[in-house]
Amino acid sequence: MSELVELTGAAQAERIRAGEVSGEEVFEFWRARAASDELGAYLWVAEDNPGGELPPVAVKDLFCVEGVPSAAGSRILEGYRPPYTATSVRKLRDGGAGVLGKTNQDEFAMGSSNENSAFRPVENPWDRTRVPGGSSGGSAAAVAAGTAPWAIGTDTGGSVRQPAALCGVVGLKPTYGAISRYGMIAFASSLDQCGPLTRDVTDAALLLGLMQGRDPCDSTSVGIPGGIDLPSAERLDGSRFGVWGLEEEGLDAGVAAACRATLGTIEELGGAVEEIELPHAGHGLSAYYVIAPAEASANLARYDGVRYGMRAGNGDLTSLYETTRHDGFGDEVQRRIMIGTYALSSGYYEAYYGKAQKVRTRIVEDFRAAFERVDFVVTPTSPTVAFKLGERTADPLAMYLSDYFTVPMPLAGIPAVSIPCGLHEGLPVGFQIAGPAFSETRMLDAAHALEQAIGFKGVPRG
Amino acid sequence: MIDRDQVLHVARLARLRLSDDEVERMTGELSEILEHVERMDELDLEGVEPTSHVVELQNVLREDVPRPSLPRERALEQAPDATEIGFRVPSPGGSGGS
Repeated sequence: MSELVELTGAAQAERIRAGEVSGEEVFEFWRARAASDELGAYLWVAEDNPGGELPPVAVKDLFCVEGVPSAAGSRILEGYRPPYTATSVRKLRDGGAGVLGKTNQDEFAMGSSNENSAFRPVENPWDRTRVPGGSSGGSAAAVAAGTAPWAIGTDTGGSVRQPAALCGVVGLKPTYGAISRYGMIAFASSLDQCGPLTRDVTDAALLLGLMQGRDPCDSTSVGIPGGIDLPSAERLDGSRFGVWGLEEEGLDAGVAAACRATLGTIEELGGAVEEIELPHAGHGLSAYYVIAPAEASANLARYDGVRYGMRAGNGDLTSLYETTRHDGFGDEVQRRIMIGTYALSSGYYEAYYGKAQKVRTRIVEDFRAAFERVDFVVTPTSPTVAFKLGERTADPLAMYLSDYFTVPMPLAGIPAVSIPCGLHEGLPVGFQIAGPAFSETRMLDAAHALEQAIGFKGVPRG
Repeated sequence: MIDRDQVLHVARLARLRLSDDEVERMTGELSEILEHVERMDELDLEGVEPTSHVVELQNVLREDVPRPSLPRERALEQAPDATEIGFRVPSPGGSGGS
């Protein structure tokens, strides 16, 4: 049994299918692993054992699961047990993957280090004095540490890909609309997308294949036309890769070196590499930090101490609202509600929100032009390796810069995957591959070929 | 840039009760973030259409037929204060009675 921890989700599924081990045994094995977590990756671990044809999946706290604590990492929803289940989680269950546990996250998915969790920070299994990234930090840490076989998270500006990079696992953000957002506690609705965090690219494709599809409960969901084929490519002949961002200020030299080595690997596999320009992508962060907070300020208006969650304050109704929201939301969430409310307020709308939506158009056009020349755009996932716990908490803007390379893709709605490409100072470096909308099968095929050639080894286990 | 009075105004709009210290800190932090965001002003955006949705969708409709929804008691069971028929809140303008 103990060898299960070394296997991918797909390999475990194969053992279950072959009758070598039962779904219940696999579930029990992972439940014990999850219960032994010492990194703060879990907020809740399953109590019952539904078995299943696939190993169980660790689920970010913000996915609603009926009867299971689902607080989005926030004090304001502490103890909330939803009366319904997110479509993505239901589809995983239907496919044979039960819910292993709920993973820690930055509150309402706002953060890049998991330090904004209302409950506790998460430690990076590569170095427990460092952050796992965020906001899906618990999911990334659990997969890297071998306390989950695979996991799901959500990505709004990089919240699946950046923690995957910092923890040395695969993180996929699908095309906007590929997976239903029904039952995902909302942050920024025009950007949010569910995505898998896994040990390898094949597992990511497998979970995406299970979750994708149109859902009547989310009218923005369309699924992936043609579905998802599991990746098999071992060569990159004929594929063209456009490189962006390796000369950017603020990019760690060690991260740049690991990414350059990966470009060499692409060429060895027969792929062509060229520099490309995305003239407006550098302004992605500015647009993102208007659009995402603006949408968040509207989405989070529902937490008012009336229908669910905590209530605070004595006095009249306004006092109840104001006290509940002040006491229930953490600092970063209040900061973003403030930015968003300001950006949408009378007299400022055009200067901020209107302008940001125009920058978004420019970024969409930049990618469209790039994909006329190349098949994929590649960049570092994060400008640095995992940073120290506490290092950026006092400087919100420095924290935001962690998302520099990951925000342009959700602004354009396109898919991107981060794969581990090497180490810098003993810590994992993520390499990001982005493709046109709905190109997941092709993009994951390329990621698979590269992953096989890189041969990245996971976190050393004692 | 954003000043203290604007922060207080926005906090009222957002229904957040901030302490004096928090208003102080928020004023500095928001100013720094807005300064970064205002780099968008360097771009020529004349005539650019704003993007609000990245996937082209038209008229996502469904049949207009009734289907089951959450029973009332399920919808009320997570409320901090509920009666059998609804959510209980203090008086909107009064002094705390229900």
